Amino acid sequence: MAIAEQQTSPQAAHGSGDRSWHEIVLQTLKRNEIDLVPYVPDRVLTPLIKSLHADPFFTTFATAREEEAVGIVSGAWMGGRRGAVLMQTSGFATLANVLASLAVPYQIPLIMFVSERGTLGEFNYGQSLVCRTMRPVLDSLALEHHTITRLDELEFITDRSIKQAVTTQAPVALILNPLLTGGKVFDK
Amino acid sequence: MSPAMENRNTKIMNRFDVTSRLIAKLKNEEAVIGGIGNTNFDLWAAGHRPQNFYMLGSMGLAFPIALGVALAQPDRRVFALEGDGSLLMQLGALSTIASLKPKNLIMIVMDNGIYQITGAQPTPAASVADIVAIALGSGLSNSAWAADEEDFERLVEAAMSAAEPSLIAVRIDDKPGVGTTRRDPVQIRERFMHGLGVREPL
Repeated sequence: MAIAEQQTSPQAAHGSGDRSWHEIVLQTLKRNEIDLVPYVPDRVLTPLIKSLHADPFFTTFATAREEEAVGIVSGAWMGGRRGAVLMQTSGFATLANVLASLAVPYQIPLIMFVSERGTLGEFNYGQSLVCRTMRPVLDSLALEHHTITRLDELEFITDRSIKQAVTTQAPVALILNPLLTGGKVFDK
Repeated sequence: MSPAMENRNTKIMNRFDVTSRLIAKLKNEEAVIGGIGNTNFDLWAAGHRPQNFYMLGSMGLAFPIALGVALAQPDRRVFALEGDGSLLMQLGALSTIASLKPKNLIMIVMDNGIYQITGAQPTPAASVADIVAIALGSGLSNSAWAADEEDFERLVEAAMSAAEPSLIAVRIDDKPGVGTTRRDPVQIRERFMHGLGVREPL
């Protein structure tokens, strides 16, 4: 798949200091004054979700559906508060309608973190299929998206992408690849 | 019919009339989110305000969008107008709102039991479910049917100073919306942000 072609080096922990991927994401959100983080949970996202709940800077909570979370951060943006949505690949697959009818036409800087299931050791055929719909949907709307595979690139990509989303008033999807997070494997 | 529906002693009102009554009560630059279709057409027809936001898609997201506004501006009352068909798309949002308890959020459901705009087909809930019972069961304890227009106005007044989020359900007739919103999403969003004091015009 495309990811394997563009990034062949394995687990990229070197050159990143002592911080974990989820610590970097949390600190980058904070630095960009993003304090509203609704999510639909995912196993891989659990350490990030836990640390967001533990930090009083953030208002973070589960929603029943991903598009609900998109509606919430869109309303918050218009009210002057910044947010980001956390989800899994399968959750992104439910978003085509809200992206095309709310986030894109109203020019809302929707910031999405997508934990990538369906590749690099997926054990559920359905997950691997739904994963293949994600980038075509993003590309069909010409949405900015980055697949993050290396810890030493995470902060740069995340920080710059958030700033670009806000200044250009356009959504961005940051796809957290198993090369970054470890992913989910069969025995978990 | 469910027991709740048998006990429902509510007058059938009109969406535009009820929306106009709501707008007439707003004196403090309250935000109003209009759901897709007739709900925002009647909001538009009731007279554009800078604090109005009109949805042009994303069916079912009026309450989540309003929740976001309410979380961003806790000192401003935020109303959301949603149709019963739209609400059925996103019932989980009621529990999210119940768990967060934003006291400045007021949800109004316009219930005609049909998808009026697509040809008046009945919703799956039309003859079996009760919107207020669903809201109560979702944890929104401050939910009620408006018995008539006077009762609607009373419930709106009460919601203005309530200590928890409010849901007001209104049985409405099968009439279409009165106006047609100008479908310019960037202007709608930008003007709404001006109306909320988030931005100044260029």
